[in-house]
Amino acid sequence: MTAKAHSNDVTMQAKAETHQYLTFLLAGEEYGVDILSVQEIRGCSSVTPIPTTPEYVLGVINLRGTVVPIVDLRKRFGLAAAQFGATTVFVVVRAIGLDRHRTMGMVVDAVLDVYNISPDEVKPAPDVGNALDHDFVTGLATVDDKMLILLDIDWVMNSSINEPLQTH
Amino acid sequence: MDLSEFLAVFFEECYEGLGVMESGLLQLDAGCTDAEAINTIFRAAHSIKGGSATFGLNEIPQFTHVLEALLDQMRDGRRAVTRDAIDLLLESVDCLREMVDGTKAGTELNAERIAAAQRRLENMLSTADSALEPITHPTIKEESPGDKSNLSCWQIFFRPHAHMLQSGNDPYRLFRELATLGHLQVEADLSSLPSCSEIEPETCYLAWNLWLEGELAREQILEIFQWVEGDCDLEVKKVEEHAGEPEAEVGSEVQGEGQAQTPIETSSSPIPNARGHKNERASAGQDTGSIRVSIEKIDVLINLVGELVITQSMLNRFGEDFEQPQVNELRDGLIQLTRNTRELQEAAMHIRMLPIGASFNRFPRLVRDLGNKLGKKVELSVSGENTELDKTVLEKIGDPLVHLVRNALDHGIEAPEVRKAAGKPETGLLQLCAYHQGGNIVIEVRDDGAGLNREKILRKAQEQGLLSANDTVGEEQVQNLIFQPGFSTAEKLSDISGRGVGMDVVRKNINDLGGHVQIRSEEGKGSTLTIRLPLTLAILEGQLVRVGTETYVVPLTSIVESLQVEPTRVSPIAQRIELYKLRDEYISIIRLAQAFHGHSHALDRGQLVVVEADNRRVGLSVDEMLGQQQVVIKSLETNFQQIKGVSGATILGDGRVALILDIPGLIQGCIDRSLTQIAA
Amino acid sequence: MSSILAVDDSASMRKMVSFTLEQAGFEVVQASDGQEALRVAGGKAVGLVLTDVHMPGMDGIELIKALRALPDYRHTPILTLTTESSAEKKAQAKTAGATGWIVKPFTPAKLIGTIKMLLG
Repeated sequence: MTAKAHSNDVTMQAKAETHQYLTFLLAGEEYGVDILSVQEIRGCSSVTPIPTTPEYVLGVINLRGTVVPIVDLRKRFGLAAAQFGATTVFVVVRAIGLDRHRTMGMVVDAVLDVYNISPDEVKPAPDVGNALDHDFVTGLATVDDKMLILLDIDWVMNSSINEPLQTH
Repeated sequence: MDLSEFLAVFFEECYEGLGVMESGLLQLDAGCTDAEAINTIFRAAHSIKGGSATFGLNEIPQFTHVLEALLDQMRDGRRAVTRDAIDLLLESVDCLREMVDGTKAGTELNAERIAAAQRRLENMLSTADSALEPITHPTIKEESPGDKSNLSCWQIFFRPHAHMLQSGNDPYRLFRELATLGHLQVEADLSSLPSCSEIEPETCYLAWNLWLEGELAREQILEIFQWVEGDCDLEVKKVEEHAGEPEAEVGSEVQGEGQAQTPIETSSSPIPNARGHKNERASAGQDTGSIRVSIEKIDVLINLVGELVITQSMLNRFGEDFEQPQVNELRDGLIQLTRNTRELQEAAMHIRMLPIGASFNRFPRLVRDLGNKLGKKVELSVSGENTELDKTVLEKIGDPLVHLVRNALDHGIEAPEVRKAAGKPETGLLQLCAYHQGGNIVIEVRDDGAGLNREKILRKAQEQGLLSANDTVGEEQVQNLIFQPGFSTAEKLSDISGRGVGMDVVRKNINDLGGHVQIRSEEGKGSTLTIRLPLTLAILEGQLVRVGTETYVVPLTSIVESLQVEPTRVSPIAQRIELYKLRDEYISIIRLAQAFHGHSHALDRGQLVVVEADNRRVGLSVDEMLGQQQVVIKSLETNFQQIKGVSGATILGDGRVALILDIPGLIQGCIDRSLTQIAA
Repeated sequence: MSSILAVDDSASMRKMVSFTLEQAGFEVVQASDGQEALRVAGGKAVGLVLTDVHMPGMDGIELIKALRALPDYRHTPILTLTTESSAEKKAQAKTAGATGWIVKPFTPAKLIGTIKMLLG
């Protein structure tokens, strides 16, 4: 049990309420994010690439007049790349990145459902050295015999942004 | 009761008042006897004192009291207006400003500095005849009575003078108040009442005897009568035995209304929905017919106008593609819409604009103090204070301007003896002026001092490796070398401006605002620094260009020219550096496709857009020139981060995001790269 | 008539006084200087006037004199809000016809209490 997963576990138990999670499909696995951080779901639109950013930052889109970055989670998690399909969408989330709120979109293969999950249904992710970087994950849950990987959205947000560059 | 709403307005008033005091003091010449001018300064101090006391702020009233006393002496003519006095008062205003800053921010005040300043004020005060009157203590007086121990009985004789009623003081009101202290009995004395025909209704002819019994002290009774002191005959006697009723005839009895009259307790329940009004009330009685509006509201308006610009350009694009006849009307409509939108946008921008005088205001003081400190005589001349610019630009241009002025005083203007020896008037001239020119605001800082010394600069540049001994450099370029980092030819680094950190930071700050700064100097005669700034930060005129499949925006103001690439004029001089021969000069080429997307393309199939920043030119290689349009600047940093070479983003008519190029940044990056390449 | 006229050139003071008294159920009208106060007072008779002493243009003392000259204001309670503890200012106000004064700083309770006491 890693320290982080353990502390998350404890925090979640301390809350003792069920949380709602939006689940989506990514490279054959099911992932979940806290519904409270989800702002909207957007169909794919053309993304303007930004120079000198990591590969997983596809670029930015226009979200009703605001410029919002789009992160390709497959590339972010080091999963196999894929083309956008008929069900591919951008899940737009709002979370804390570098100590203030920011909006960001994530490319997912398909959106699935919304589940209520109580803290005691969440187990820590085992340290098996899989492709998935541990820090992204707050825990694992089982719903309808399927394993759900719960994402730490603040972590995804933070790690995708760099400190502002000193341009001079 | 929550006073914090009013505090915000109060602090603003304090700053205004401090400003009035400062400019008033600066205008007071030694020997001035203009009572009204001094009165204005006095009133400002008095207002700050009163307000701060009422709002429960502690140190400010005490300090201001002493300040006010000094001013009071001056306006009465009891003290002459001397230069020393003005200097001390100015310093005290600074101290007070710091106190207000500290109180507003909730940080600890510098007690030592305040005490020292206060001592100096008190010392000066005590050199005149009148002593300092004790200040009304800012602590709120307690309502609870002093000596409440025993039941006591008081006999009060009260005869108002004939005219007492005319001050609006009503005996019955006084009796009601007395009745709150205990049991009251009243007997009227009608002995002075004239006959009916002689009675004047507004004159008081009555007197009363009152008996008051309760747990109270004499002070409480006297306090009730304090307003009518002098307007009546009053005797208050304590009756030793309180047992039994007084034997005299009892007239009307005023029943104490018990606790109903007690002053209302401070409400402990939260004030519901008290927010949101502080900025909306029109300030009554101001001549200019202006209102205070919160900056957030203006930003909302500006955003909406921005959206309108985007929508309008979308429609325009749409309108261009149609060919059918009815479309003429559509086209006319769109032209009209474009005009309306542009006007609306300019009007919205103007709301955010403020006169630069607000920024220039600090300079008379600064120049005076600095001149004194450096032992130089300087006259400051300011013009164009009414030239308006965007509020944010105004705020951010302040510090750079201060630095430039300090520089001019420190390194530019010479000491009086030096000037005299050079045949110049002993008092140097520093000019600040501002004017509009072609969609920009131009600010000039001009001094008639020593100017830049070409030799020194060249030497320094060679020392720093920026130039070699046999480089030929134009006059302008030499002078603009002072903007390089770490470049200061000052012999002694004064703590004022000479650490060599200044000019490059000044230039960067100005560049960040989308502007540029240049220097023109003549040795022995003086220097002029010219700052050019865009009037607005939110919208820019852009040239759209295509690089690969992406569209980028080049700020129009940075474009010098654009041309078809002639391959014969391209000369690679090192790996990854190419130069283009543009008439007589060689400029670097930045291949945007390579810089941004990592793939190269043939130069000759595209255009070269020659851009300029800070007197340096570079050619951007693009695939195609698209249209020119106004773009609304959207922040990349709000949700993402700052990107090198990119100053922001915009949304095009087709809804896609296009990045706006940061020209100074790109040029600097190019130079940095070439320097490292050369060095390597 | 329980409406009050609050006169002070400081907007924050005016607002605070006005807010405090409105909370206590009074109707308050504001004026930022003596001239405006006279205009307001002339338009609608108020039950009580609360005025600062030091104001630009027409100061508080002048205002009181001018108000007392108006037929509707011969006996209206007029209070000055003042930091002055000197007898001189108080005497001046009284001579001009003021009913009394309230010394700054004052608590909201004191303000409300005094007003209620005057207006009954």
